[in-house]
Amino acid sequence: MGSPFVTRLDGPAPEVEVARDMIRRALPAAPVLVLICAAMWSVDGAISSAYGIAIVLGNLALSAALLAVTARISLALMMGAALFGFLLRLGIIFAAVLLVKDADWMSLPALGVTLVVAHLGLLFWEMRYVSLSLAHPGLKPRRPTPRSQQPAPKESVAP
Amino acid sequence: MSLLHHAIELASEATTTAAEGAATTAADAKATAGASSAGYAYGLAAIGPGIGIGYLVGQAVSAMARQPESAGMVRTTMFLGIAFTEALALIGFVVFILLKFV
Repeated sequence: MGSPFVTRLDGPAPEVEVARDMIRRALPAAPVLVLICAAMWSVDGAISSAYGIAIVLGNLALSAALLAVTARISLALMMGAALFGFLLRLGIIFAAVLLVKDADWMSLPALGVTLVVAHLGLLFWEMRYVSLSLAHPGLKPRRPTPRSQQPAPKESVAP
Repeated sequence: MSLLHHAIELASEATTTAAEGAATTAADAKATAGASSAGYAYGLAAIGPGIGIGYLVGQAVSAMARQPESAGMVRTTMFLGIAFTEALALIGFVVFILLKFV
């Protein structure tokens, strides 16, 4: 007889979907942030801002991948991955900044502002959609299918 | 007369050296204070999110183990919660780099 408790989670990983969704939303929004940083800190600010956006997106993707992979193995491992992944990702971000902090193109204020704004902005943007779909699962927005791919309407049968 | 002139020069040099030393000490003290503040900012900013993520994931794992049918909803909320909690650590990190390197 099996255990009444679930110890691993197979099937689709919602973290990956959420992270992919955030990256998809970030791609059109990133140039706006880069332009704002370019206006404030010139070209150095624009390059630093792009670097910061890449760090934020990489951080989210790595977090989702770690959770998704470990959830298929064990829930306890997922918890360990969440905690040690936090430390690991902080270390990776620290190393990524430390590597380029003395570069000619680096503007640390632009990088710092981008890290905070991009991370929080993407999260709040995504939370809006997630909370809507959690509250009203039937109203989850879907991409409209083209008329040519829609199934033909069924013929009504007279009673 | 020459001896007096030499003594004045020595006194002047000593005064200049003392002033430079005081300025260096003040700069060193400022750098030390900045470095320690940056370290505290980064370290303290990582403690809170660490506790928060541990609690959050623990509760989420417990919920998923008891109600596997709601695992998708719990995992989505958990992932967003982790990311929000991590934003605190990121803000601490930004304060660290601004204090330490700028």
